[in-house]
Amino acid sequence: MRYSIASLLRNALSYHEHWPQAWRSPAPKPRYEVVIIGGGGHGLATAYYLAKNHGITDIAVLEKGWIGGGNTGRNTTGIRSNYLHDASAAFYDYSVRLYEELSRTLNYNIMFSQRGLVSLMHSDAELAQADRLRNALHANGIETDFMTVADLAREIPLLDTSPDARYPVIGAVRQKRAGTARHDAVAWAYARAADGLGVHIIQDCAVRGIRREGDRVTALETTQGNIAAGRVAIAVAGHSSVLAEMAGFRLPIVSYALQAVVSEPLKPMLDTIVGSTAVHVYLTQSDKGELVIGASRDGYPSYAQRGSFGTVEDMMAAGLALFPTLGRVKLLRQWAGIVDVAPDASPIVSKTPVANLYISTGWGTGGFKAIPAGGVVFAHTIALDRPHALNERYGLDRFTSGRLMDENAAAAVRH
Amino acid sequence: MLILPCPWCGPREETEFACDGEVSSVSVDPATASDGAWADALHNRTNRKGMHREWWCHRRGCRQWFWIERDTATNQLRNSGLPGTES
Repeated sequence: MRYSIASLLRNALSYHEHWPQAWRSPAPKPRYEVVIIGGGGHGLATAYYLAKNHGITDIAVLEKGWIGGGNTGRNTTGIRSNYLHDASAAFYDYSVRLYEELSRTLNYNIMFSQRGLVSLMHSDAELAQADRLRNALHANGIETDFMTVADLAREIPLLDTSPDARYPVIGAVRQKRAGTARHDAVAWAYARAADGLGVHIIQDCAVRGIRREGDRVTALETTQGNIAAGRVAIAVAGHSSVLAEMAGFRLPIVSYALQAVVSEPLKPMLDTIVGSTAVHVYLTQSDKGELVIGASRDGYPSYAQRGSFGTVEDMMAAGLALFPTLGRVKLLRQWAGIVDVAPDASPIVSKTPVANLYISTGWGTGGFKAIPAGGVVFAHTIALDRPHALNERYGLDRFTSGRLMDENAAAAVRH
Repeated sequence: MLILPCPWCGPREETEFACDGEVSSVSVDPATASDGAWADALHNRTNRKGMHREWWCHRRGCRQWFWIERDTATNQLRNSGLPGTES
């Protein structure tokens, strides 16, 4: 069914009791042309673009939990493209442009709101670095504007812009096209669209083993039985190394817990995303009124979906330094996702040492913003057995050639 | 919050320490290693889900380096020791 004002009215008249399921829940077939491990945003987008752009529809997406229950439903929903290097800027800006059309493309309201991202500066060194970044972005066609302290005081009145603030603000760089989207809706939208093109989405199906013959994968051992596959794609974020070990190779990836918190709902008070790399916190306000707050990853490798209290404490201290008025606000929830961090903080969308096995990983603390573009280039890599122009620099071979792409600064979250 | 066993100061809160990642099982000579072997030693990690050995430094305390065995899925701690006994 196509979602529209007409379908909304029709279903309102029947008390919303007859909406069809957004996607089917089929039992797995014995074999698929492509099996994608991981039903997060990246896995589902990859399935959708394989079907849509490359005509491959004999696809299964295996999800060990439920759609929207992993990192896609655990991030802080920021979408932006202010990356330093040419290849990153091109990739992430393509992703922002796909997000701009995504609700229409997928016929699903992902609530993309281009409310802008304001990066605060606290020192002359940061201002100089901001000039360099702004020039690099401008050269790549990504516009940002500089905000003075007076601009900040006018547009973000609750931000402490006084000279005796704990960390005085001396300016900011804003990307106006940055924004937020409803994160689990992005997963649902791709799931529904992929299902509509014939993709099987199989939830509650964990992969326990990868069967190889020579340098090829033949089948996956799953909790719902063995599934043979022509090609296999891994898109499992923090568990990438676990899957790679099943296939017999190692990755330049370390898994960490990345925490976030939301406050109790407040009246509208913040209509943009505000972040500070130096003080190290970022805040936005969700449509429900909750403040969504994120900061550093935890300090040690982890697969536990919870983090240390010290990290939350630092995050709160930084948030209050910028917005002292929030001192009496209570937190509602705290959680963690397991993120896959590469040494250069750039993603890996690549062929692997196994001939018909492909991997998308290394998205680290910023995978959500990359979902549409990540899906397009990963689908291209799987379908044609060679990278798309936008992920040529994201191969595993860069760790051997030494051609790394260090985006630790632009990652905005300390890796 | 992890409570970590410093060999000299005893159990202390995680915020006093810095983690330096897993104890590497790969050792190569950069002068003779192939590009692939060197890249594996330099960048690749086992990144195990489960019990592994990792380096910590009591950075905001006595500054001693030591290793511990920790389960990365449950944060349960087992053994620990001084450098030289890690392998």
